[in-house]
Amino acid sequence: MNKSKSAYSVAGKKGKLDTHIIVVWVDNEAGVLARVVGLFSGRGYNIESLAVAEIDSKLNISRITIVTTGTPQVIDQIKLQLKKLVPVHKVADFKREDKQVIFKEMALFKLVGNNNKRSKALNACKKFNAVLLDRTNKSCVIQITALRREIDKMSKNLKKFGLVSVSRTGAVAMTRGAETFK
Amino acid sequence: MPKLLSGAEIVFKCLEDQSVEYIFGYPGGAVLPIYDELKNHSSIKHILVRHEQGAGHAAEGYARSSGKPGVVLVTSGPGATNVVTALTDAYMDSIPLVCISGQVPTHLIGTDAFQECDTTGITRPCTKHNWLVKDIKDLSKIIHKAFEVATTGRPGPVLVDIPKDVQFQKTNYPKFKKQNKSNGKIHNQYQQKDIDELIKLMSKAKKPIFYTGGGVINSGPKASDLLRELVAATGFPITSTLQGLGCFPGDDKNFLGMLGMHGTYEANNAMHDCDLMINIGARFDDRITGKIDEFSPGSKKVHIDIDPSSINKNVKVDLPIVGDVQSVISSIIKTIKKTKPNFINSNKQQISKWWEQIEKWREKKSLDYINSNETIKPQYAVQRLYELTKNKDTFITTEVGQHQMWAAQHYKFDKPNRWMTSGGLGTMGYGLPAAVGVQIAHPDKLVVDIAGEASVLMTIQEMSTAVQYNLPIKIFILNNEYMGMVRQWQELLHEKNYSESYTAALPDFVKLAEAYGCVGIRAKTPEELDDKIIEMINTDRPVIFDCLVDKQENCFPMIPSGKPHNQMLLGPKDQEQNKITGKGKTLV
Repeated sequence: MNKSKSAYSVAGKKGKLDTHIIVVWVDNEAGVLARVVGLFSGRGYNIESLAVAEIDSKLNISRITIVTTGTPQVIDQIKLQLKKLVPVHKVADFKREDKQVIFKEMALFKLVGNNNKRSKALNACKKFNAVLLDRTNKSCVIQITALRREIDKMSKNLKKFGLVSVSRTGAVAMTRGAETFK
Repeated sequence: MPKLLSGAEIVFKCLEDQSVEYIFGYPGGAVLPIYDELKNHSSIKHILVRHEQGAGHAAEGYARSSGKPGVVLVTSGPGATNVVTALTDAYMDSIPLVCISGQVPTHLIGTDAFQECDTTGITRPCTKHNWLVKDIKDLSKIIHKAFEVATTGRPGPVLVDIPKDVQFQKTNYPKFKKQNKSNGKIHNQYQQKDIDELIKLMSKAKKPIFYTGGGVINSGPKASDLLRELVAATGFPITSTLQGLGCFPGDDKNFLGMLGMHGTYEANNAMHDCDLMINIGARFDDRITGKIDEFSPGSKKVHIDIDPSSINKNVKVDLPIVGDVQSVISSIIKTIKKTKPNFINSNKQQISKWWEQIEKWREKKSLDYINSNETIKPQYAVQRLYELTKNKDTFITTEVGQHQMWAAQHYKFDKPNRWMTSGGLGTMGYGLPAAVGVQIAHPDKLVVDIAGEASVLMTIQEMSTAVQYNLPIKIFILNNEYMGMVRQWQELLHEKNYSESYTAALPDFVKLAEAYGCVGIRAKTPEELDDKIIEMINTDRPVIFDCLVDKQENCFPMIPSGKPHNQMLLGPKDQEQNKITGKGKTLV
């Protein structure tokens, strides 16, 4: 038996981790992001990515989309703890595998190289709504929107075409169909 | 045109409209406009503490003993940081506090101005919510909202940070319409079918137990009355957490005593072996559950709590009931009366074996200790204090450590709001200022802080507050010259390496009492103890009582870390009988 030298119990078994996308509607006021993020760091929850912006300037509402991992119990806690915050209006939770929900991230790639490399790169990005935002003789900036893992893959693949810089957003989510989350 | 009021005036208008009678505070540069305004509001009395932490704990003691929110007023920078411990303490134990702090003028925020700190940033994780008031027009709305947030749902501390220029600015004060307290309705998310399900479980249970906590007390005195009715209507055994003591009479035959790390043998074994656990307003704290994986393995668990995030946080439960304790118990009682009016009799047979088993556990008398004629045993001191004060409607506060556990084990409470102790955060230095707050709320009652000599020194300066306001609090110090609980852990877990847990230089507490202008009493032997305690009770002034107790005594029973409830370490009497060797002791 492990002899515990502590006033606390030893950690129990760890459960299976799932990836969830948590969407939070909040009052757009000073410090609200710090409250949400502080809750995550303070209670030891993960944040894989984060996207936040005001979505209703009249009602002053911002929408925060957080990708996180945790056991089902932890995910439940995250939702319940978020709902307790005063500026939080509602909290939605989607599994990453959920087919009823669209998840998208955007990435900007800067490539340095000749025309040939550029067209090859554009071609490789084709599937992901590629847009050429800027071009010079020596460089270009390509924008794509895709899933996280697809962007991961592309930022690896584009290295050979002269990729020098990547900038990407956190995921945003929207349900399919006419329904909205109440 | 209505008269324009300054920010400072609006603060007091709000406090008046919230029926605040006392503020605990300490002035400073950034709150001077508010202090200047104090003289114009005779219905509000300010209690000047000696340190802002003391203000926070005093407000906690006031809130816990009166059921009203405690109000704290501090200045910016160090004033705000000093109150952080008390805010965190109130957050952990769900105590309603409204803290108003001064802040440097808005144009200086962010410039590292004199006595500036990021107060809302620092207190964000230790309050339910906080506000920095940047616009005078928001001030009254925010303060009223602050009271609402602090007192509704699961209560807790809030903070309103007011920059000095906002305290000077002027605006209208709209008439305050007192809303019906939303505490209750919106938090009651349960339905009758949940109650029906619970009654079904209760009527099937052969080994049921009620496990009650501070939520019963926070729900108001009516909840405690209903709890007594519920236990009488079911005949079930009941145990309580540290925070819940007092919501059920400590000397009732159905009461198994406190549970948890230093709970009784019968309470912990009953929790382990039960087949139905009904948690009312408790939160499956780690001091209660011990090893989670082996916590009460065979039971259906029901959890009644006003805070949805408490459900399934530590322990997965079978039937969650989210609601205010008072309204849930009342629904349960109503349903029993309607559907099973004969519950107690039809049930008696079914749980009789369970009671037999509990009686066997009780025979262990796990709170027993070996008394002495030469030295005062700390348990004996608490017992004598209880016997000599039990007819007086006494209010007890404590510090944190062995004395706290002995007080919880040996002082029997029969009313709610009589027991104020720092459970969640475990704040040494809580009890003395808390006693100040309790005495403010109950000027004619006996208020005793059962203290340890190490804890009490952390906030001893508040004796000066007690003297200033003629608060006859009694500081009953169980003096063993050690940080007793630290010493106990070191004895059991760290091969008796008593690293830094002995205080080699202590003040003479009797002389210290005299220096503060109060009364010092010392008891050295069991023989003189009763007389000295009576002398203390009869003194109508603040008293520091230096009770010299056995230095080696440990607090038993005890669930060693990482162990389930049914593997308790019992006291020396039992250890002698069962010949637990030194090796067994260190296997903790």
